[in-house]
Amino acid sequence: MLGRSLREVSAALKQGQITPTELCQKCLSLIKKTKFLNAYITVSEEVALKQAEESEKRYKNGQSLGDLDGIPIAVKDNFSTSGIETTCASNMLKGYIPPYNATVVQKLLDQGALLMGKTNLDEFAMGSGSTDGVFGPVKNPWSYSKQYREKRKQNPHSENEDSDWLITGGSSGGSAAAVSAFTCYAALGSDTGGSTRNPAAHCGLVGFKPSYGLVSRHGLIPLVNSMDVPGILTRCVDDAAIVLGALAGPDPRDSTTVHEPINKPFMLPSLADVSKLCIGIPKFQFCILTFCYKEYLVPELSSEVQSLWSKAADLFESEGAKVIEVSLPHTSYSIVCYHVLCTSEVASNMARFDGLQYGHRCDIDVSTEAMYAATRREGFNDVVRGRILSGNFFLLKENYENYFVKAQKVRRLIANDFVNAFNSGVDVLLTPTTLSEAVPYLEFIKEDNRTRSAQDDIFTQAVNMAGLPAVSIPVALSNQGLPIGLQFIGRAFCDQQLLTVAKWFEKQVQFPVIQLQELMDDCSAVLENEKLASVSLKQ
Amino acid sequence: MAAPMLRWGCRGRRWAFARVDGGSCHRRGAPTGSTSNQIRGESSVAQQPLHTAQKTRKGEHKWAAVVGLEIHAQISSNSKLFSGSQVRFSAPPNSLVSFFDASLPGTLPVLNRRCVEAAVMTGLALNCHINKKSLFDRKHYFYADLPAGYQITQQRLPIAVNGSLIYGVCAGKKQSQVIPKTVRIKQIQLEQDSGKSLHDNLRSQTLIDLNRAGVGLLEVVLEPDMSCGEEAATAVRELQLILQALGTSQANMAEGQLRVDANISVHHPGEPLGVRTEVKNLNSIRFLAKAIDYEIQRQINELENGGEILNETRSFHHKLGCTMSMRDKEGKQDYRFMPEPNLPPLVLYDATSLPAGADPQQVINIDQIRETLPELPSVTREKLVQQYGMLLEHSFTLLVFEELWKREGKTPGQIVSEKQLELMQDQGALEQLCHSVMEAHPQVVMDVKNRNPRAINKLIGLVRKATQSRADPVMIKEILEKKLSL
Repeated sequence: MLGRSLREVSAALKQGQITPTELCQKCLSLIKKTKFLNAYITVSEEVALKQAEESEKRYKNGQSLGDLDGIPIAVKDNFSTSGIETTCASNMLKGYIPPYNATVVQKLLDQGALLMGKTNLDEFAMGSGSTDGVFGPVKNPWSYSKQYREKRKQNPHSENEDSDWLITGGSSGGSAAAVSAFTCYAALGSDTGGSTRNPAAHCGLVGFKPSYGLVSRHGLIPLVNSMDVPGILTRCVDDAAIVLGALAGPDPRDSTTVHEPINKPFMLPSLADVSKLCIGIPKFQFCILTFCYKEYLVPELSSEVQSLWSKAADLFESEGAKVIEVSLPHTSYSIVCYHVLCTSEVASNMARFDGLQYGHRCDIDVSTEAMYAATRREGFNDVVRGRILSGNFFLLKENYENYFVKAQKVRRLIANDFVNAFNSGVDVLLTPTTLSEAVPYLEFIKEDNRTRSAQDDIFTQAVNMAGLPAVSIPVALSNQGLPIGLQFIGRAFCDQQLLTVAKWFEKQVQFPVIQLQELMDDCSAVLENEKLASVSLKQ
Repeated sequence: MAAPMLRWGCRGRRWAFARVDGGSCHRRGAPTGSTSNQIRGESSVAQQPLHTAQKTRKGEHKWAAVVGLEIHAQISSNSKLFSGSQVRFSAPPNSLVSFFDASLPGTLPVLNRRCVEAAVMTGLALNCHINKKSLFDRKHYFYADLPAGYQITQQRLPIAVNGSLIYGVCAGKKQSQVIPKTVRIKQIQLEQDSGKSLHDNLRSQTLIDLNRAGVGLLEVVLEPDMSCGEEAATAVRELQLILQALGTSQANMAEGQLRVDANISVHHPGEPLGVRTEVKNLNSIRFLAKAIDYEIQRQINELENGGEILNETRSFHHKLGCTMSMRDKEGKQDYRFMPEPNLPPLVLYDATSLPAGADPQQVINIDQIRETLPELPSVTREKLVQQYGMLLEHSFTLLVFEELWKREGKTPGQIVSEKQLELMQDQGALEQLCHSVMEAHPQVVMDVKNRNPRAINKLIGLVRKATQSRADPVMIKEILEKKLSL
């Protein structure tokens, strides 16, 4: 049951094959078994069981609230949850219990979803590995998969298994691990530069970033307000669409949500034919690599990813779609531009954490200023403090024009690149999501957070600059037996069209289900739905 | 100078005139001598009537003062600028605080329509150009009563610009001539108020009240077109009347609904402007005039004694009657302005740009607001002059007419006598009043006769009080002087 998709388990609930409480308990026991993954910061067991009980009553009375009623979900720990600690994986917010629910959380609860817990992340979502939070790194469930283990056995040089676990990517790594390890059916992440799509790619999941303005940010503790969107992590595209259907829509509490009526629910048609589609393949990777080579040292697109990307393009072409190369000349500046805009907004957004009203406060009480300084030094990690410092530098009167204003202009150029591409007739763009598959933790931490973020956001970041919808779809396993994802980018507010194409693609590639039987020996239920599907894009 | 401001304690409109001598009021040449003790010396300077300093010694340059004002008017609205919390004066501490006002992480600003309308209305009344598109910015500084660490304001593109405010200063021998003066309005911007810090020095702690945090403010920036405290005070009083007539702010300075900062510099006419200081903490119109005049005099003294003026913020101490440097802000603050990313540009429409079928709840139509503008004080006054041929400075009489509009069905004569609003001109009655006041205050009378001719002002005040301010002080003074045989 746990291995099923949200849609399937929703049907099972409706048919009475399983009750919400049973489902909730199964997930809770799996959360306990997989505790070492460090996916959850807080497990809201009591809340979830109570919600399950209520859901069960509704099912009994034939008053189900819909597809999400009784469905276990998890929420990244940077969304405010009423009565449940919300930490952003930071000392600064340890013990902070918000008095209100983020709009997206409220909407899920209103649909009857069961909140299993709050998931781990990089501190304040600043990172791309889910390694830099105060609660420690998240481990990628694929580290323990049969697929990966078997490949490693074949390699005589493989080191100690226990110290060789892989990162999930990030910053929504906890959410990705939670869904990937079957502890819930969907999870909320946030996506500012790729934080939902990146861990989705590394954990073999669908990671969806909606159009900016389609889903409310109210209650999402901000990283970069002008780029943040709540993201959705699920095991298949249809599930993402169900969750999006529950979340999308204007929110009077978020003035940046749009009022245009949207189609609800988000039902995705099964595309029979892609011959009317035009797929754009950006040329931008070469610029980025040249640029990054100079700036950040050798982030290379792995040959496996490169080859899967080409094969995906070929697949569309062979099915009759038009595949054209498009130019996005300014996206190569996206990362530096992002660095300026992100740190500036971070400097501003983090100003409220002063120890006065909530969160951590130091013991020093010599003066208010001394208290601020010590509180912030103790409360934030090096990454957060570093970004605050750079951001304040860029916002200084003498620097503002040279950095912030310029970066905003570049941002406009990047957004225009996408507009031009779509105006030339392209329906969706196809790119890799990440440079390579997930790497072991010990290797990941050889580089600092800034370098890693810059490399890992290369394909995902520009999308946030332009506010476009994008989705990472797991495509195939690498030679090491690890997932690789590709990214589809759609026109603004054409989220449904984007997901429809993604669904067609998902069906073609038949990505294999993660096999965790060694990890959860007595959880045979997990495997009931397992099928070692044919991988049409097999290397 | 310290001309008494005419105050009438009615709830409705008030009329204000300042009394100044003809011409610009800050010309002086002679230094008033060095000041040995800073505070005391300076405060004695401030009390000195400024117009007496006009006698110019030969060969001395004249000084001109330049005064600009930044005025913060609390918008009269039910809820705050970006949150649904109520706006109320003197509510229990921290009882009007939403999650947003307390800057809980994840909360977002939602613009209050009423505040925008108030800004547009005020802008129109002050002859401003209303920007169809305006923007919000964050202004950063750490302060305990600023919970988010930044204030949302309109730095780059404010809602209204390039306006003007006309006010009248009384001049001439009998202060009977009203000279219209114009001060340009640079801009009007919408911004958030801060909370309040209450410093408990005994326990060395600071208590924070966030009731005021996030209340909508109109910041009205007046160009440095004024030249003395009296002009500034009169301009502020006129603005106060306009805001009250519009209902966009209660503009009560005592309750902090109208707060004024003054930028002041002095220079020799024809030469570049001098270094300016900013004077804060001006919480009444009287203190505003006093503080500005004091500061002008201080700067002149400083310069004439070979000193220099620092570009600094000074605070006015009403008890000492002087301004003092606020040394808490070492160095210049860099506010690190940044666009507020959570608020889209504020777009306003007029009759021509209003999109067809627009939901009136979702748009603000400037033309529609223009139509609802009430009559402004200046128009009312003009009407009075033209329709009734009355002298503008007769504020008592003006008030009669104000009452008349409010209550129809009675003749002016009836109301005037009913409410005892007429000017008290009966010489005999006044003499009697003066007599009884003198009898009741023998000590003051002795003072005047013996060594302190200034004490007569106290008697004048008492008589005026007895007449409910309906008598001409000049007339009272004449009677008193006669009786005291001065």
